[in-house]
Amino acid sequence: MTEKTPTSRRTFLKGGLAAGGALAAAPALAAGDPAILEVQPWANELGEGVDVKPYGTPSPYEAHVRRRNVPWLTADPVSSINFTPLHELDGVITPNGLCFERHHSGVAEVDPAKYRLMINGLVERELVFTMADLKRFPRENRAYFLECAANSGMEWRGAQLNGCQFTHGMIHNVIYTGIPLKTILEEAGLKTNAKWIMPEGADAAAMTRSVPIEKALDDCLVAFAMNGEALRPEQGYPVRLVVPGWEGNMWVKWLRRIEVGDMPWHHREETSKYTDLMANGKARRFTWEMDAKSVITNPSPQAPILHGKGKTIITGVAWSGRGTIKEVHVTTDGGRNWHQARIDGPSWDKSMHRFYYEFDWDGSPLLLQSRAVDSTGYVQPTKNELRAVRGENSIYHNNGIQTWHVNANGEAENVEIS
Amino acid sequence: TTAMAEPTGLGRPATPDEVAAWDIDVRPDGLGLPEGSGSVADGEPIFAERCASCHGDFGEAVDRWPVLAGGIDTLTSARPVKTIGSYWPYLSTVWDYVHRAMPFGDAQSLTADETYSITAYLLYLNDLVDDDFELSRENFTEVAMPNAEGFYPDDRTETAVWKNRAPCMTDCKPEVKITARAQVVDVTPDDPTSKHS
Repeated sequence: MTEKTPTSRRTFLKGGLAAGGALAAAPALAAGDPAILEVQPWANELGEGVDVKPYGTPSPYEAHVRRRNVPWLTADPVSSINFTPLHELDGVITPNGLCFERHHSGVAEVDPAKYRLMINGLVERELVFTMADLKRFPRENRAYFLECAANSGMEWRGAQLNGCQFTHGMIHNVIYTGIPLKTILEEAGLKTNAKWIMPEGADAAAMTRSVPIEKALDDCLVAFAMNGEALRPEQGYPVRLVVPGWEGNMWVKWLRRIEVGDMPWHHREETSKYTDLMANGKARRFTWEMDAKSVITNPSPQAPILHGKGKTIITGVAWSGRGTIKEVHVTTDGGRNWHQARIDGPSWDKSMHRFYYEFDWDGSPLLLQSRAVDSTGYVQPTKNELRAVRGENSIYHNNGIQTWHVNANGEAENVEIS
Repeated sequence: TTAMAEPTGLGRPATPDEVAAWDIDVRPDGLGLPEGSGSVADGEPIFAERCASCHGDFGEAVDRWPVLAGGIDTLTSARPVKTIGSYWPYLSTVWDYVHRAMPFGDAQSLTADETYSITAYLLYLNDLVDDDFELSRENFTEVAMPNAEGFYPDDRTETAVWKNRAPCMTDCKPEVKITARAQVVDVTPDDPTSKHS
């Protein structure tokens, strides 16, 4: 009987590296490949019936594809962060169960029957909505990336974490279903001195941010679904704010209230946090947009090249909070020479883009980088170009170019280069 | 501004009590502050009981919990210590955040007077008031924070990084050297399913 224990890709990888380049080709046996010659259990036995998994889960062979956290980053896992496994994903949509999480007082488990959204402040009518009310407004479907302002923040002083999941994984990209915030504000009726709104969360952190009225009336959504199903609890179930292109902190989850005012509130998450300290001791505030950025997800430290030299796919993701991605350039020699990558899949505004660069690897070490250019003409800078303006202590908004060093074995490492 | 659409009639009016229950925010100009007061002396025992287990007896912090006091003149140093005294621009943010979200795990349990008291004590820990100071809604906006002028609006689009540059495509630099390596730093968590474990 054939061994039925799932062999993870990692076990495979372990064996592959130990055997050098032996896995570059399928086993060449005189009689042929046992995967073909022997009847496999799935070709012989009955599988599970349709009543076994009313809500499906990935193959057990994909058990390693999971969110990970870095315990030393924060004092407590309840006000903390975890990371999307970008190196295991393709295309542009992040599966709901793999979308990174960032909470300030853990996951609020809100009963939708007790969910209320209040609009108050400088409006003609202070209103309360139930879930049933919200689902009677006209809806929109839009794909947007949500990137934490602190994504790549641990890399300001140099190469620290070894894997794009950790260096770039505070991001996800899903299709939201929701009501334009403009519609709800119009329902309440804005007074003429309405200049700012303040969304507030229903969790114990009661997250608040100040958002200028122009953005609120432009493309913000009050969303109740992601990728076709209700929001996940960790993503704000039953309702969150969507603030396209802007730092993730502003996308208030478990949204309970929107106040309309005539000036910003300068709350904790826009003074103590989410302000960017410069080398001269002054700090930028209201740094809302997430600038154009990209990363090669494969190969990368958690996803080495296993097939040896020859045909090789370099792939990654690019995004910009100011529009679409127009071009992505890839270098294999540390930026001496660049190649146009191929963008494939949808090119939506303020959404993740997928790029590929196919080449023949000759087995020599590589210094891989990607460089995004967005629809405004902005070119993704190097980390050193950013540091020249900002120093090393601004924590947030690190969109510098990432470098992976690939050695002759195909293993990749997070490095910085001159 | 924008032309407003006709209301659909969805939702219902919020009652004054409902708005009062949820609208707890406070602005730098003092809008939203409730009646009440509290002194440094009132704040010390409350801080010791409700706050010090994470933030330390003097706001110096335990483990990786946030430091609340000190750090004056460190903002240009290699390792800035950003506290209420050294970094925060407005006292209203202290009152609002403590009242809204603290203590961690028991949020919105502090009364207005307790919040005034803790805020007064935090000012004292940061050497910004004397030990006989009492904070109230009446004198609240008279307190100036040391780093009130330390912030400026986002100016990224005015910097060299932003200005449109024609990206170099070929023969961009003579040589490349590795200057930093994550494996030397070695702080990535072990992956039980990876070869690095």
